[in-house]
Amino acid sequence: MGGISYRAQRWLVLVGFLAVPLTLLVMLTYYPAVKLLMQSFTDWDGISSESNWIGWENYKEIFTNSDLFGVFLHQIPYVFVGIVQNVIAILFAIILNSRLKGRNFFRVMLFLPFIMNAVAVAFMFQYVLDTTNGSLNGLLGAVGLESLQQSWLGNESIVNYSLASIGFWRFMGYNMVIYLAALQSIPGDMYEAARIDGANRLQTIWHLTLPNLTKIIQLNMFLTISGALAVFDLPFVLTKGGPAGASETFLLKTITTAFQFNNFGLASAMSIVLLVLTVLILAIQNVVINRRGDN
Amino acid sequence: MTGKKFDPVQPIKYVLLLAAVFIVLFPPYVVLVNAFKGEDEGSSPFALPKSFMNFDNFAAVFERADLTHAFLNTLIIIVASLAGNIVLGTMVAYVLGRIEFRGKQIVLGGFLFATLIPTITTQVVVFSLLQGFGLYNTLYAPILLFIGADVIQIYIYLQFIKNIPYELDESAMMDGASLVRIYRSVIIPLLGPATATLVILKTINIYNELYIPFLYMPKQELVVVSTSIMRFAGNNQAQWGNICAAILLIMIPTVVLYLFLQKYIFSGVTSGAVKG
Repeated sequence: MGGISYRAQRWLVLVGFLAVPLTLLVMLTYYPAVKLLMQSFTDWDGISSESNWIGWENYKEIFTNSDLFGVFLHQIPYVFVGIVQNVIAILFAIILNSRLKGRNFFRVMLFLPFIMNAVAVAFMFQYVLDTTNGSLNGLLGAVGLESLQQSWLGNESIVNYSLASIGFWRFMGYNMVIYLAALQSIPGDMYEAARIDGANRLQTIWHLTLPNLTKIIQLNMFLTISGALAVFDLPFVLTKGGPAGASETFLLKTITTAFQFNNFGLASAMSIVLLVLTVLILAIQNVVINRRGDN
Repeated sequence: MTGKKFDPVQPIKYVLLLAAVFIVLFPPYVVLVNAFKGEDEGSSPFALPKSFMNFDNFAAVFERADLTHAFLNTLIIIVASLAGNIVLGTMVAYVLGRIEFRGKQIVLGGFLFATLIPTITTQVVVFSLLQGFGLYNTLYAPILLFIGADVIQIYIYLQFIKNIPYELDESAMMDGASLVRIYRSVIIPLLGPATATLVILKTINIYNELYIPFLYMPKQELVVVSTSIMRFAGNNQAQWGNICAAILLIMIPTVVLYLFLQKYIFSGVTSGAVKG
């Protein structure tokens, strides 16, 4: 290519390098998104070559049928548990950022769940949470807390907390490592200055550490919310939405609506609703975080 | 400096940390001890097995959960997807980071907006599309999706390429190097740390991905790690000894890799996450 001018080369590289990635982008992201939108106004069953235009019917169905939009209520526990998870992660990040023996050992241990296969973890917890053979109930019995023994995945009012806690177990260490990295980027002389000014430990955490973490805390909060919107794997593997639909999530419902009940029109509308909600949350996140940055 | 004064907070820290380690290790411990128990060993779930030399469960699982195929298929998918991601990701980053052209903002926005769309929501449409291409029940379907539908690598590479001084490109041009050569011999090597981050993040993601292989590859020989345990446990609800052995066999490779590569994994995960 040495003989060709850089101007011509730029064109060749531009076209040559972008052709495949752009084709994939359009084919696997934008075309499906547009098709999804169009399908959401039809009653297509996924098989037949015909479908009828039914206007806003699918969307009406989603927002009026409490079996559909109502399942978002099942996802609120994931938000609660996610918030607790972040608080605990910050706590441990602060602990591991302090003078301590065995810091690396503890960091390696607490991060360990994150690298384990998600499905293996799910089945591991099915065993731990099992009502009769389960080791959690066994452990509670062994320390005299029989009254707390539970059907952790079979009780409608706690199944979502149980599932969310599995997520807690997997991701707390991950969040902690992120917070730890943010803490380590706070200059040490700021702590030195706080110490000289006579600030105690809690004052230092409140007035120095947390303000420096604001941005990353916000980011993680939004990730918690958008993650909670799209909960899928754990109920899909462990409960199939049960007992009695108590652990169904909107995404799980979307997938079964399409691939089990062949109602692709309705499923498309549900996908669009989820997509719009996700983009909305991210838009709010950007506004919040950027406004902070300007101050 | 008072130096060695007793600090009452210090023991509290250790108590909290040890409690957390207990919570982390308790479930894997239960799985570990039960993987070595025979069906007749009706002891409590956290009692030690009669012998740690009882490998019956492992032998049974390796055969029935088809783990050889599962590990092999997962490896193929990971290697092919990573190769595609690295090649296409660096190409896009090179064009967007180094060449000025009209419509650049649209292309950039197109890639970045795509990161917001959860892949699984569009499967309702993508499924019919890939089926139409004849990719249903082939390894190509997940590979194509991991290469084309997940575009986080472009984001990572763009962050890094901004920090490579343009003077390097210019001095290579003085020597008469072509742009493709500059991309290959200057940019790709300098994007090494970004590639390491990408390899770590994507490997973890692909290894954990359940729904894409479940949806596109129901065929028995196309089992991957995530689907192998799902199929196996679905058919053997009662035999916990076997399921525990399967869980353990699946977890061991990543745990070993993690212990050896922890330094790189920590830096990959943090540089991938702290975008702002």
